[in-house]
Amino acid sequence: MIYSFGKYILLLRLSFRKPEKFTVYWAEVMREMVSVGIGSLGIISIISVFIGAATTIQVAFQLNSPLVPNSIAGSIARDSTILEFSPTISSLVLAGRVGSSIASQIGTMRVTEQIDALEIMGVNAPGYLIAPKIIAGVTMVPLLVIASIALGIFGGWIACGASGDISPSDYIAGVQGGFNGLTVRVAMVKAAVFGFLIASICAYQGFYTSGGALEVGQSATKGVVYSCVMILFADLVITRLML
Amino acid sequence: MIEVKDIHKTFGENEVLKGISSKFLPGKNNLIIGGSGSGKTTLLKCIVGLHDPTKGQVFFDEENFSEMDFEQRVPIRTQIGMLFQNSALFDSMTVEENVMFPLNLFTTQSKAEKLDRANFCLERVNLKGKNKLYPAELSGGMKKRVGIARAISMQPKYLFVDEPNSGLDPKTSILIDDLIAELTEEYNITTVVVTHDMNSVMGIGDHIIFLHNGQKWWEGSNHEIAKTDNKELNDFVFASKFMQAAREKL
Repeated sequence: MIYSFGKYILLLRLSFRKPEKFTVYWAEVMREMVSVGIGSLGIISIISVFIGAATTIQVAFQLNSPLVPNSIAGSIARDSTILEFSPTISSLVLAGRVGSSIASQIGTMRVTEQIDALEIMGVNAPGYLIAPKIIAGVTMVPLLVIASIALGIFGGWIACGASGDISPSDYIAGVQGGFNGLTVRVAMVKAAVFGFLIASICAYQGFYTSGGALEVGQSATKGVVYSCVMILFADLVITRLML
Repeated sequence: MIEVKDIHKTFGENEVLKGISSKFLPGKNNLIIGGSGSGKTTLLKCIVGLHDPTKGQVFFDEENFSEMDFEQRVPIRTQIGMLFQNSALFDSMTVEENVMFPLNLFTTQSKAEKLDRANFCLERVNLKGKNKLYPAELSGGMKKRVGIARAISMQPKYLFVDEPNSGLDPKTSILIDDLIAELTEEYNITTVVVTHDMNSVMGIGDHIIFLHNGQKWWEGSNHEIAKTDNKELNDFVFASKFMQAAREKL
């Protein structure tokens, strides 16, 4: 495990070496940003609306008491969405969607000698293949999480209207009341860290693939599993440190 | 010129190369031949720096490549072209983008100049007009030719070719061999070809080294190979009845 961690750190160091030509790398970064950001927007939107709606209904159910104002369900749903559901659940989904794609793409390049071809040309393969993916992960996952938060809260509002457990106006009052900006800062830190973990762990698994199609599949699976575990671990650490 | 001196390569406890030394001259088709598992591809990978030799040195025009770090190797690597066994074209790029890729990274040419060069290289390998196709849309022989076009796009001094004939029909195989030989002579390139194809050996082998059990077992030209009394080499080269009959006619 220590050996693998050392290899992972060395690979990260190689990834952020000075690029051979900035414009070529910049184009790769843009391409990866589109792939990670725009490519994941659909799935993130769908899960965010549903999770926001389900959370609101469950909170309303649990706080169904004459002693508790109805608007409190909106506040709890908002904070849960910002602090936990949007960054963590979205990142776990992204680990599956983006992470497996990164690991299998780089793994396939390894087993078909495309990475060897890059190295023979004098290209820093980790820099060309991994750094743009990490930059895309660190920048686009927070943007996706912002969209997820907005859609999650919107999903809660739809659920209020549809179920009638609490009125949409009580929900909006709860969402607007007692807002603490720290929750958004925590969510952004989590999103950036999770984006880094997904891209770097899956790229590492792909880069050191050896064998053939079977091993590429195994690398993708390992990449997703390890990044999910690390996301949950980092979630705990960041929550403990920042709250 | 490329020179390898006493190259050893060990994987775990398995010693794959046991002290290979040779010189590969410019303008010549230098062939590395041998049976499966004899260490041909490992030797090629040691020469180009994909493997670090356990012991021994590789010199490119008297510069010690083995002792250089990544940054120091870049100027030499930009003079290297390599054709891989499976062509190793970048799947996400078109034929044209594949050929232009090294130019984009290592030259300051304008887009028009790079496009001109790519078109020239594609024309040179008889693939004019195939610029916008993706590797998945090409046949095995076409992929090899795109690989050659990409390898020569930077006007290399050194060309490495790993199993150029694998998976090709005999006619395409000969076309690829002829193309490699033409380019070698035309641009005075130091070409190193790993092969076990006997047509290549007899057709373009200006300088041949035969590996057996990780050692250099024999060295010579295609003219000398028919007359050798080296048992292992004879067993390898004249394994088929066709080759035995051809030898008797020589």
